[in-house]
Amino acid sequence: MTRDAIFARICELIAPLNRKGVPLAEATTFAGDLEMDSLTVMDLVANIEDEWDIVLPLNMLPELETVGQVADAVAKLAK
Amino acid sequence: MIDLPKHDLLAKFDAVAGERQAYLDAGGRDPVGVVMSEVLSPTRAIIAGRETITMGTYNYMGMTFDPDVIAAGEAAMREFGAGTTGSRALNGTYASHRACEDALKEFYGTRHAMVFSTGYQANLGVVSTLAGRGDYVILDADSHASIYDGCAMGNADVVRFRHNSVEDLAKRLGRLPAAAGKLVILEGVYSMLGDIAPLKEMVAVARAHGAMVLVDEAHAMGFFGEHGRGVTEAAGVEADVDFVIGTFSKSVGTVGGFCVSNHPKFEVLRLVCRPYVFTASLPPAVVASSAASIRKLMHAPDKRRRLWENTRAMHAGLRARGFVLGTPTAESAIIAVIMPDQATTLAMWQALLERGVYVNFARPPATPTGVYLLRCSLCAEHSADEIATILTAFEDAAAAIGIDRRAAA
Repeated sequence: MTRDAIFARICELIAPLNRKGVPLAEATTFAGDLEMDSLTVMDLVANIEDEWDIVLPLNMLPELETVGQVADAVAKLAK
Repeated sequence: MIDLPKHDLLAKFDAVAGERQAYLDAGGRDPVGVVMSEVLSPTRAIIAGRETITMGTYNYMGMTFDPDVIAAGEAAMREFGAGTTGSRALNGTYASHRACEDALKEFYGTRHAMVFSTGYQANLGVVSTLAGRGDYVILDADSHASIYDGCAMGNADVVRFRHNSVEDLAKRLGRLPAAAGKLVILEGVYSMLGDIAPLKEMVAVARAHGAMVLVDEAHAMGFFGEHGRGVTEAAGVEADVDFVIGTFSKSVGTVGGFCVSNHPKFEVLRLVCRPYVFTASLPPAVVASSAASIRKLMHAPDKRRRLWENTRAMHAGLRARGFVLGTPTAESAIIAVIMPDQATTLAMWQALLERGVYVNFARPPATPTGVYLLRCSLCAEHSADEIATILTAFEDAAAAIGIDRRAAA
């Protein structure tokens, strides 16, 4: 799966949680732009883990602030 | 006036403070500002000048005013002084601390017991110390804050599985390297909704993947299992649970935390567990009262029976009045009344207090999946009259603030 396809799929997974319809870009942040609380972010992580059958430990989350950073992490782990 | 630096570090909490202020300005009573000016019994207190039935104290077995528990504390305070002024690892271990650990070993039938200054510190210490760099902690999504904080303090990789899902736990364990150290953390009773874990299935899955198992029994000690050892005992999985964490601030009726285990190398934790080493030990009165209470809880079938009777009566009564509850039947001594939103929850909480009933107001992120609830915890010492009074208060309060219970159900 290409990096672009991963990004697109992550955006699809975010969509149901994006209640205010914030446009999703590489630099969109979860806490700031999307106003997600920590529980919502952790639930999203569970869906991402299941989508690619990977382990995305919670202790990595502080470094994953934007949608683009999550796509990079998934691209690395899903190899 | 105080001259503050330009970058005020507290400014990041303005939204939290503002939300609370708006509620108080509108005439609401502060759910985190309750003061009990007198405590009359395990089920009664004076709040804002009014005698109030308490149903949100976790005082499950009603041990706080037990004469033997109080006498033991008084004697220890006279004999050993008001405090230890020291760490367990230095000058803070008295005979009473050892006696308390002996009582725990007897209660749980384990070879080892370690007492911490609070239940929060027990989880913080044990979780952060057991799982180190390169190890994995696998925890339930609805785990208590002290477990999450223990993970944050440690260096292990943290994997979260969907609440109480055996299948999800198995799937996530299956993704981890076979050779890595793993600690699966479960709770016997989950404190927000009062639901219990399918421990038999979960412990089997954890063991099948070579994981060690820790169960937090904070909300189960004293009234689950033949000896009151918790859901671990009731589910018959004691032999496959490596560590049980518990607290004195619920059924035991004092304050403090503990870990019990049969692991042959357990005692080394006293040397390496920072929240155990770098804090003062519990006051002599607290450990002496705790030991007396733990020993009484070994022989408390009447209290246990009354607690379950009260819980079932309250659960059935609330259900019959149309309230939506966290579990379809009474699984533990916690009953979560699910509310539609924050405003209704606060209004209901206040209306109950005005009718002389205290329950806990609980909101996200302490609660799972954005749920607002009024959390009730029963006590063995609640009388049938008190149960009836509480149920009437719930009915009247709901009518007064106009909750449509049928629609909610």
